[in-house]
Amino acid sequence: MNILVCVKRVPLTGGKITLTEDEQAIQTRHLGFTVSPHEECAAEEAIRLVEAHGGESVVLTLGPTEAEEQLRDMMAIGIDRGIHLVADGGEWDSQATAQAIVGAVREDGAAFDLILFGNESADAGNYQVAVRVAYALGLPVVNGIKVISVDGAGLRCERERTSHPPGRDVYSVPTPAVVSVLEGINLPRYPSVPGRMRAKRKPLVASEPARAQPRLQMVRLRLPEGSSKQAEVLGHGAEAAPRVVEILSEIGVM
Amino acid sequence: MTTLVFMESAGDELSQQAVTFAGGLGGEIAAIVFDQAEAYAPAAWAQTLVELAQERSAGAVVAPGTDRGNEVLAHIAAKLDQPMSANCMSVIPGDPATVIRMRWGGSLLEEAMVHGAPLLLSVAPHAVAATPVADVEPISVSASASEGDRVVRVTETVPASSAGVSLADADVVVSGGRGVGSAEGFSVIEELAALLGGAVGCSRAVTSAGWRPHSDQVGQTGTKISPEIYIACGISGATQHMAGCKGAKRLLAINPDGEASIFASADYAVIGDLHEVVPAISAEIRKARGT
Repeated sequence: MNILVCVKRVPLTGGKITLTEDEQAIQTRHLGFTVSPHEECAAEEAIRLVEAHGGESVVLTLGPTEAEEQLRDMMAIGIDRGIHLVADGGEWDSQATAQAIVGAVREDGAAFDLILFGNESADAGNYQVAVRVAYALGLPVVNGIKVISVDGAGLRCERERTSHPPGRDVYSVPTPAVVSVLEGINLPRYPSVPGRMRAKRKPLVASEPARAQPRLQMVRLRLPEGSSKQAEVLGHGAEAAPRVVEILSEIGVM
Repeated sequence: MTTLVFMESAGDELSQQAVTFAGGLGGEIAAIVFDQAEAYAPAAWAQTLVELAQERSAGAVVAPGTDRGNEVLAHIAAKLDQPMSANCMSVIPGDPATVIRMRWGGSLLEEAMVHGAPLLLSVAPHAVAATPVADVEPISVSASASEGDRVVRVTETVPASSAGVSLADADVVVSGGRGVGSAEGFSVIEELAALLGGAVGCSRAVTSAGWRPHSDQVGQTGTKISPEIYIACGISGATQHMAGCKGAKRLLAINPDGEASIFASADYAVIGDLHEVVPAISAEIRKARGT
């Protein structure tokens, strides 16, 4: 089973987001970077499926030069090789991103049985790149998947319902297919030191796709208004307990 | 201009909010509900909406920012090769239209210009309150019968096991973060949650460490909660976490670090080690109840 997994480099935002002066990006001078959470699980799922069924796993990212760090991280936990679409600093909208990924899939030439995505990126949250790639390649697509199992000529995919009644929806999807997953489908492993060493020698190809004119064109970012509150300090340590219970009684949850 | 609205069901609150949001675009609204007896098939539903949009020369298609709302809209966007704006807070129609949309689960907003027609917008949950819009009677339709669009459809549904209080619906949620220190450390959190008839939650640091299952995670990539009170213990308040609990009516934060960012979002603060504070609260509840 040959699997491509698409990931995105995003900042580790911590407790408070600060914007750059031109309001075009998050101020990342003091931040680390990571793979967007749903996609980290997509990479782990690719590794597990290849471990169980054989084949090759490939990780792709569209991002700045520094995003090689995230590709190497994914190769350190077991992905076999990487594709880096080196992007300029500007914002790529979903259509431009999908177009570049489709171009890379065709260029690569490997016959992927499965292309995995995260359901939505942590930062932009556009909920559509997987679907656009699927349509361009003429493949079936399912989203928000929490369980994947190989079932005959296809995949059995389960999705939790957030609307009522609660439960899980099951899809039978013929391969090749595009699947987007959610965090919780697995618990991603941590890279080992030998894994990191091996990752340095794994093949990685880089190219610079042309950016299509954005049709969802970011103008600026801003922080939501006035969410800062002045908390009432109920006390320090165990001595605060009686006051906490008073509050719980007032609210009516006792 | 006609705006087509995809509703998950006539009674669904987030879908009603999408109708209210669409009212802000002016013109006529056609609210569409799919026959609830039919299996969900996103591409087929999208195809039907594309055909309805074309028949009615719709200037916009609006969906709730739910799993299915965003998914069906993404299929429409791919079929029409038009831009889609997910989780919008507001829109100013025009050419180009201007939207304000959520990023980072609502921790950040983006102002963007949308070049394309029809406008494809999903509505951020609770961006607007649902108000009855005059003369909007949902139209019930059947999905496109095209075989190609029915390849992916729900073939089976598995009911949820009804064990305990669900995190999403609980009136009280007691969560632990990295400060709990271990899987075993959650016993004090579980005890307090049980005394209050609430649910246990946790932060992403906890699920990543394997101390709790992912189903307990409150956050941008976990469950979104809306309890009467949220008791967050040993949680620093990363944006990832706060995106999941901003629907809580009240937030009580317990943290030894008085500078922790969670206090900036809290209604009540207890400065201290959760391993002392939480058992003391449980003991105080028992005392108050005489048990």
